[in-house]
Amino acid sequence: MSSLSWARRRRSLGQFWQAFRHNKRGMIGLTILAFFTLAALLAPLLVESDDIDPAFAPGQPTQPPSAAVPLGTDLFGRSVVQLLLVGARVSLTVGVLATLGAVIIGAAMGILAGYYAGRPLGTALTALTDWFLVIPWLVLAIVLAAILGPTLLNVIVVIAVTSWALTARLVRAQTLSVREQPFIERARALGATNARILGKYVLPEVSPIIIAQGVLTVAIAILSETTLSLLGLGDPTSMSWGRIIEEAFQSGAMSNGYWWWIIPPGVCVILVTLSFTFVGYALEETLDPRLRRG
Amino acid sequence: MNFFLFRIMPGDPIALLARSQRLSPEALELQRVAFGLDQPLITQFGVYVRETISGNLGVSLISGLPVWELILSRMWPTLLLVGIGTILAAGIGVLAGIRGGWRRGSRFDSGSLYTSMVLYSTPEGWLGMLLLILFAGLLGWFPAGGYSSSTSSGTTDVAMHLALPVLALALGYVGQFLIVMRSSMMEVKAQPYINLARAKGLTDPDVRRRHAVPNAILPIFTLVVISVGFILGGAIVIETVFSWPGIGLLTYEAIQTLDYPVLQGVFLLSSAAVIVASLVADITYGFLDPRVDAI
Repeated sequence: MSSLSWARRRRSLGQFWQAFRHNKRGMIGLTILAFFTLAALLAPLLVESDDIDPAFAPGQPTQPPSAAVPLGTDLFGRSVVQLLLVGARVSLTVGVLATLGAVIIGAAMGILAGYYAGRPLGTALTALTDWFLVIPWLVLAIVLAAILGPTLLNVIVVIAVTSWALTARLVRAQTLSVREQPFIERARALGATNARILGKYVLPEVSPIIIAQGVLTVAIAILSETTLSLLGLGDPTSMSWGRIIEEAFQSGAMSNGYWWWIIPPGVCVILVTLSFTFVGYALEETLDPRLRRG
Repeated sequence: MNFFLFRIMPGDPIALLARSQRLSPEALELQRVAFGLDQPLITQFGVYVRETISGNLGVSLISGLPVWELILSRMWPTLLLVGIGTILAAGIGVLAGIRGGWRRGSRFDSGSLYTSMVLYSTPEGWLGMLLLILFAGLLGWFPAGGYSSSTSSGTTDVAMHLALPVLALALGYVGQFLIVMRSSMMEVKAQPYINLARAKGLTDPDVRRRHAVPNAILPIFTLVVISVGFILGGAIVIETVFSWPGIGLLTYEAIQTLDYPVLQGVFLLSSAAVIVASLVADITYGFLDPRVDAI
C-alpha cells in the first residue's frame, strides 16, 4: 500500500468527519453513546462481582434513592446504579455482536443476490430475503430463543438470524446498480474472477450503506434483547437492562411502587436506542448528499 | 419451511419435555413413539404436511389439548387488542403525520417527530409497566390486568381492562406510522399537481385534504401489512405484562413450560396472518390506486 493512497484515505475520512460534525442529531447521539460506552468499559472497575450477587449484596433491600445510593436499591439490596453499569456492558455487547452477525449475513446475502440477479442463485437468495422480511420476525425470535434455551450466545444468534433481511434488501439494490458500472466490465475484461470483483470492486462500493444500516440495526438489536429478556428468555446470569426490568417486574415492583428500580433501565434503553438511530440517520445523510437537509 | 425451521433446532422436544418434568428413559422412549419422533425426518415431514393441511397442528405437550383448539380459544382477546391498538396507532400517526408533513419544521412537526422517535425506541413491555404503575397503581383508574373482573363481565368492564394494554400497544407503534405519513406528505407536497391545485385558487386546507392526503396515504397500507408481524410480537410482551388472556399470553405460558407444538402453532398462525394481510393489502391497493393493476 503506497503512502499516497493512505494520504488520500486520511483526507476523505477528514472530509467525512467535517460533514458529520455539522449534523446536530448525529453529534448528540455520538455523545450519548460515548458516555454509555465509557460506562460499559469502566463497569468492571466500579462494580465488584459481589455487589450484584443477590446473596452478597451489601445494601438494604428496596431503599429509595438517597445520597448514599443515588438510584436506590433493589429487592436484594443491590445498588440500581451498579446494576445499570453492568447492564450497559451486557446490553451493548449483545447489541453490537448480534448486529455484527446480522450485517455479515445481510451483506453477503445482498451482494450475492444482487450480483447474481437473474440467475438461479440470485433468485433463490432474493426469495429467502423476502421471506425473512415479511415473517413475523419478533415472534420467530421469541420462539427460537425459547427452544434454544437462555444463554447469552443464543440470544445473540437469534437476534442476528432474525434481523439481517433489511440490510440484505438494501445492499442488493445497491449491488444491482454497481454491477452495471463500466469499471466492473473493465475488471472482468482484464480477467478478474467473480470473487475478486465482489471483494475488490463491489464490496467497497456498497460498504457505506452497510455501515449506516449496521448502526441502525444495533438499535433494533438492543430493543429485541430487551424484549426477549422481558419474557424471561435472556441469560439468567447476565444482567442486561432488559433483565433488570424483568426482575423488577417479577418482584412486584409495580404494585409496591419501586419506581427507582424499574424506570432507569428503560430510560437507558431508550437513550441508547435513540442515539444509535440518530447516528445511523446522520451517517446516511452524510454519506448520501441527496438526503442532506437544507 | 416452518417445519424445517423447527427441526433444524438442536433441541429434542422430548429432551425438553424431560427438562421440564422428570421422566425415566423408558417413559421418554414411549413419548417419542407416541409423538412419532422415532420416524425418519422425511416421514415426520410428510405427516406434518398432511396434518397441517387438514388443519391439525398437533397437541400441546402440557395440557394434551389440540393446539388448534387452544389458539382458537385465545383468538378473540388478541384480535380485540391488536385490532383496536393498530387502528388507534395508525389513526393518530396518520393525522399527526399529515399536519407535521404539511408544515415541515413547525413546532408541531418537530415536537411530534421527536415524540415518535422516543416512542419508537421504547420497549413496549416497559411502557406497559409504567402505565400500570401510573394508572392502575397510583391513580387506580383502571384494573391492573386480566380480561374482566370476576364480579361482572359486561362490555364496559372488558373495555376498562382493555384500555391500558391498547394504549401501550398504540403508543408503541404510533411512531412508525407518523414518520412514514410525514415523509410521504412532504414528498407529495413537492409534486406539480399540488401547485396546479393552488393555482386554481383552492384554499390551503382544500389542497391538503383533496389533493395531497389521498395520494400521500397510500404507503400507510403497505406499512400496516409489514407491521402485522411486528405488532403480533409486541402483543406477546404486552399481553404478558397485563395478563391479557390472548395468544400472546398463551405463547408466554408455552415458553415457560417449553410447550413446543404450541410455539410452532403460534408461529405458523402469525405467518399466516401476515400472508393474509399482504393479500388483502394487494387487492385493496388495486382499488385505491388505479395505477396499480390488481391481479
